[in-house]
Parts: sequence; structure tokens; C-alpha cells
Amino acid sequence: MNTSSNKKHNNIRNKLTAILAMHLVGAFLATAAPLKEGDAFPDLHQFGLEGTVPDTHGKVVLVDFFASWCHPCQESFPAMEELYQHYAVKGLVIIAINLDKNKADMDDFLKSHPASFVILRDAGNKLVSQVKIPTMPSSFLLDRDGKVHAFHRGFKGDETRKQYTDEIEALLK
Amino acid sequence: MKIRLLLILPAAVGLLTGCVNVQPWERGNLADPAMDTGRAPLAGMMAEHMWFSREAASGGRGVGGGGCGCN
Repeated sequence: MNTSSNKKHNNIRNKLTAILAMHLVGAFLATAAPLKEGDAFPDLHQFGLEGTVPDTHGKVVLVDFFASWCHPCQESFPAMEELYQHYAVKGLVIIAINLDKNKADMDDFLKSHPASFVILRDAGNKLVSQVKIPTMPSSFLLDRDGKVHAFHRGFKGDETRKQYTDEIEALLK
Repeated sequence: MKIRLLLILPAAVGLLTGCVNVQPWERGNLADPAMDTGRAPLAGMMAEHMWFSREAASGGRGVGGGGCGCN
């Protein structure tokens, strides 16, 4: 094989390596970590969410991402309702953000899991694409400055319920 | 060489872009009970036994077929 042919092979190899590298970088970016503690949570008004975004200024806020097909989400709703009933008067706001493809699925879910806290719908997945939650459900507890105080990956029954309670009580002091 | 390059590049791009991460909030269809390959454990055991007896084939059925990957 002559030198010219070797150069061409190297050229092809370099191009293929570059393509592979680009895809690996893309895959890495697609699995980027969610917001960290201390990060400012994005302004919910920016994402065209369905529903009325409440005033959260100076409040402790629990932002929860849920979908009707997610079984742990079904367990989390009674727990969040309990928290809301107990701590709303002290300044807790709970915002549950639905990620179902069809609004009817969300409506059915809310019939069997009634909630008096705020429900919004991220129909275009704009917010969740920015926040990049790693699993369903996921929730962010925000302090009175709108910064992430704690992140909850999934809902693990009493364990998560106790964590919520301890963290909310600490923030509401 | 150019022809080979023209064949390899689209194939590489096509194959590599086939690998996508299904985002956690897009797993509604995977969470459907119909996606569960182990819905009938008894039927599964019988099929496994039949394949082993007739074709000497076994294993390879340990991978989950569905689920929302929640929690």
C-alpha cells in the first residue's frame, strides 16, 4: 500500500473518530445532571406552562414533576396533599407539574388522586428539558430565595415523606 | 475510495444516531403493562421448557421488556 493510500485511510479514520466523538459528547450532554443544591430554579413563567403560575415570592416551594403512568407518583400525591394541608398556612407552596402527553390522562389521574395544591402542565416539555430530571417522579424543594435546597429522586414512601417534613420544617423556621 | 467513504459515512451516522436516550418523562408507553414480557410467568416457563427440549436453546430471557424506570 502506497503513502497516498495510507493518508486517505488516516483521513477516513479521523473523520469517523470525529463523528463518534460528536455523538459521545451529544450523549453526555443529553444525560447532564439535574440542578444542584444552591442553583436558582428557572422562572416558571418562561415556559408557557398550562395553568396559573402562583406567586412564590418569599415562599418555600416544592416543585414536583409527575405523570399519570408513574406508580410512585400515585403514592406521592397523598403525601404531598398532607404536607400542603399542614404547612400551607406557614408559607409552603406545592406546584406539581404534569408531563403526560394527553391532558385527559392527567385529568383522570387527578380524579383518583385529588390535590388542592397547584397543578401545572408542561405540555411542550420545555421546562423539564431544561431541568433534566433523572427519573419520575422528581422534586425540588426551593428555599425562600427560589434556590434549590434539596432534590428528591423518586418517591420512596415514608423515607421521602420524612425527608420532606424535616426539610420543610427547617426552611419554614 | 470516495465511493467507499460515501457509503461508510452515512451508514456510520445512521447507526450512531440510532442510539438515543429515552428521557424519563417520555416513558409512558414503556410503562404500559402490555410492554411487560413477564406478564404470564407460567406460560413463560412452558415456552422456555419447550425451546430447551426441542431446540436446546435456553437463557437470554432475563432482560426486562418494559417499565417506566421510575424511582
